[in-house]
Amino acid sequence: MSERNVVGRRVRKVDGVKLVTGKTAFTDDIELPGLLIGKILGSPHAHARIRRIDTRRAKALHGVHAVLTYKDVPRVPHTTAGQAWPEPSPYDTYMLDSKVRFVGDRVAAVAAETRAIAEEALRRIDVDYEILPAVLDMEHAMDPGVAVIHDEPDSTHILDPKRNLAGDIHKELGSVAEGFKQADLILEREYRTPRQQHAMIEPHIVICWLDADDRLIIRTSTQIPFHVRRQVAMILQIPVSRIRVIKPRIGGGFGGKQEMVIEDICAALALATRRPVKIEYTRAEEFHMARTRHPQRLRLKMGVTKDGTMVAHHMKVLAATGAYGSHATTVQGNTGSKVLPLYRAPNLKFDCDIVYLNAPQAGAFRGYGCPQGFFAQESLVDEIAHELKMDPIEFRLKNAIRQGDTDLLSAELGEGKKGLPRIIRSCGLPECLSKGAAAIGWKEKRDAPRGTGRLRRGVGVACTMQGSGIAGVDFAGAFLKINEDGSFNLHVGATDLGTGSDTVLAQIAAETLGVSLDKILIYSSDTDFTPFDVGAYASSTTIISGGAVKKAAEKTRDQVCCFAAKMLEAAPEELTCKDDRVFGPSGKSVTMSEVAMFAFYREKTQLMEGASHFNTDSPPPFCATFAEVEVDTETGQVRVPHLVTAVDLGVAINPMQAEGQVEGAVAQGLGYTLAEELVLDGQGRVANANFCDYKIFGAKDMPKLTTILVETEEPLGPYGAKSIAEVPINGVAPAVANAVFNAIGIRFRKLPIRPDAVLAALHAQGAK
Amino acid sequence: MSDLIVHVTVNGEARRWRVEPGDLLLDVLRREGLWGVKRGCETGECGACAVLLDGEPINSCLMFAAQADGRELLTIEGVADGEKLHPVQEAFLDHGAVQCGYCTPAMVLCAKELLERSPKPTEAEVREALSGVLCRCTGYKKPVEAILAAAAAAPKTRGKTARRRRAAR
Repeated sequence: MSERNVVGRRVRKVDGVKLVTGKTAFTDDIELPGLLIGKILGSPHAHARIRRIDTRRAKALHGVHAVLTYKDVPRVPHTTAGQAWPEPSPYDTYMLDSKVRFVGDRVAAVAAETRAIAEEALRRIDVDYEILPAVLDMEHAMDPGVAVIHDEPDSTHILDPKRNLAGDIHKELGSVAEGFKQADLILEREYRTPRQQHAMIEPHIVICWLDADDRLIIRTSTQIPFHVRRQVAMILQIPVSRIRVIKPRIGGGFGGKQEMVIEDICAALALATRRPVKIEYTRAEEFHMARTRHPQRLRLKMGVTKDGTMVAHHMKVLAATGAYGSHATTVQGNTGSKVLPLYRAPNLKFDCDIVYLNAPQAGAFRGYGCPQGFFAQESLVDEIAHELKMDPIEFRLKNAIRQGDTDLLSAELGEGKKGLPRIIRSCGLPECLSKGAAAIGWKEKRDAPRGTGRLRRGVGVACTMQGSGIAGVDFAGAFLKINEDGSFNLHVGATDLGTGSDTVLAQIAAETLGVSLDKILIYSSDTDFTPFDVGAYASSTTIISGGAVKKAAEKTRDQVCCFAAKMLEAAPEELTCKDDRVFGPSGKSVTMSEVAMFAFYREKTQLMEGASHFNTDSPPPFCATFAEVEVDTETGQVRVPHLVTAVDLGVAINPMQAEGQVEGAVAQGLGYTLAEELVLDGQGRVANANFCDYKIFGAKDMPKLTTILVETEEPLGPYGAKSIAEVPINGVAPAVANAVFNAIGIRFRKLPIRPDAVLAALHAQGAK
Repeated sequence: MSDLIVHVTVNGEARRWRVEPGDLLLDVLRREGLWGVKRGCETGECGACAVLLDGEPINSCLMFAAQADGRELLTIEGVADGEKLHPVQEAFLDHGAVQCGYCTPAMVLCAKELLERSPKPTEAEVREALSGVLCRCTGYKKPVEAILAAAAAAPKTRGKTARRRRAAR
């Protein structure tokens, strides 16, 4: 590794000062004269047809400027999922419809002078509903005679609407039937995972207005500004050129904002009123109307030989996408494509059905199908190792994918269509396991007696992987220009959602140009002023957007050298850029500023370059998660005193921020494991739509966290980087569940593992 | 509804607000240009709207603006001394404690209040001080490290006397 000045350093966030001083940075931090407040009337019923809707009393209210129902807006089937075009998700959604499919589904929208007036207007909309039977149980969603959720004729790309089947996936590599014949031990188990919500602290918020040229400005908290522009243009039937999407700072996204959740309806209200309109979800609306992780039932069958070689693995998944199918097949595809190939079994099979329910809509969520799959797979692997009396680390090392391997299953599964084979060019998993084991004290603790007292301790492990961008799909653009003082404007479509990507991308540019970080002025995510980028998802920003930045910076550096060569009377290829200067072969140098001034005023040239980047492969980061638990046998409470995450992320561009990604992912993973579940009552209403009843981890709930960055050199990544943001969430649930087994000898195959379940299992164990 | 006149001191400056009886302190603060006060739930659960009221952290979404009459408020905008950041703010930047930044103002205010009351806190005390602020990005590790580092770097004697903790807390 060559000497680096900016990449690999624990530098401060480039936008940190404004955040730590509370400057105006977020969507809502703007004052617009004449701003109206938009509110959405949510359905009180899980499944109903609107027989009659009367908005006259609402419209008559003083201060109400618009009331929209399905009669007032274009009927354009679409998906709200923010994905590259053509979207792999079904077109089953309408801005407003005459049918509602979950509690909270849009019935109408209003724009009014104040929030109080808008809320009063909602109460004055008279709706006559024909209540339909609600489909709430995924196990029975496809049963004959069950109500059909999408009976509209104009939706497209739904696999079998009559059976409430949004999509399915069936792929086999080798033959699992043949594989199981070779197995000495076969285990079959069933696992269940809950609806988890993103619970970003800034709710969904958007402000729309028409500028002086009558163009629609959408200022929104989104991970996908360019997809939003395309989607809104299609839904409102206006040209893309009439829309500008601006993403200010985002108060957390985690996949929940990889979705056009409210931009379309807010834009429609702005067009209807010709006034600025803001829609901001309340926390309760967030819980009812935003997105969730897909709940799944997973049935796994795994076969191994006596020596611990995995020969076959068959995973069958039933998943619920809620009322609409955004990210339905792609999330579930990931459950197969990023989970099964972790082990080199020659016979792999993935079967999956994704059903509609009259329930809150699922969508993208950090991990994107992997937390479900890895909870099941890593729990079962632990059980198999236990049966074989093998150390679970040894079993994993024996079977895990390694450098030089080609994963063919991910090619079969792709991203909604056949993809590209994945070649493992870097893999630090063995080092993750050894370093993680040392940090948790595996050898001493694993075999230590569990004790017979009230508190029992145990340790557990899980291995996981993810991707770095979507192979052959994700792409990004970047643009650089020099200023007179030797600073550079870096314009990227990439979307910093709090992850620190603005900082990482600026570091890559600074390193490549040989300038200090403060010479890079990054501006991101504005569809008028930055190049295209698919957005922040699929762990793509560092590798894909970073790749574009590196290319653009290399081209700009070449240009700088061409002009500096004239000044230094040397050949451009002899020059090096370093310390904000350009050095000739003799050691003579000019400053970047001098080059800029020479180019501007002598040569009449703006030094500027742009570049695009995509990859045909998605290098996986690897992760080993180790958990120590303490089970209170009197209360059933599972506490996690220590959690260790060792991650192979390629090269860390900013190790401090990378650690932050791990620690945040782990906090969400702990919630998923022990507490978080969006609970629906018998009518499909969210029963815990607040932070008291939907528990996310607070400062006092968190265990001691140890984060270990295991660096490898990834040939496809800028400066060797892969990705970090998603992979650490995947292993928390299985590591904790495996540790609980180590502590009390009971397997928990349903998340979250709450005290009532633990207590019931302990009583059942005692009764045996 | 008739308007009320409220006299408050905000970040050391006397202010006169015209409010309606039902206006939340959160809404009035933002309306008055103090954008660092954030809205996360409006039910006192997330803590993103925390400000210091007479030196004590409170959720501004759970208080009417009128209730602040005659009292002293500190928001994130008043924490730095001009361009000179507060040591907690510097530590947040140095330790990577800021991710999305949405809960950061509330965390910084709670940390500042803690360090004035208890200049050399234990980790448990830091976590207690942050327990009213939900953060979905950081896992709290780096914010806790930042606050402990700010405390460790501070000179032993601090200007302000420790405030007595409310019995209820």
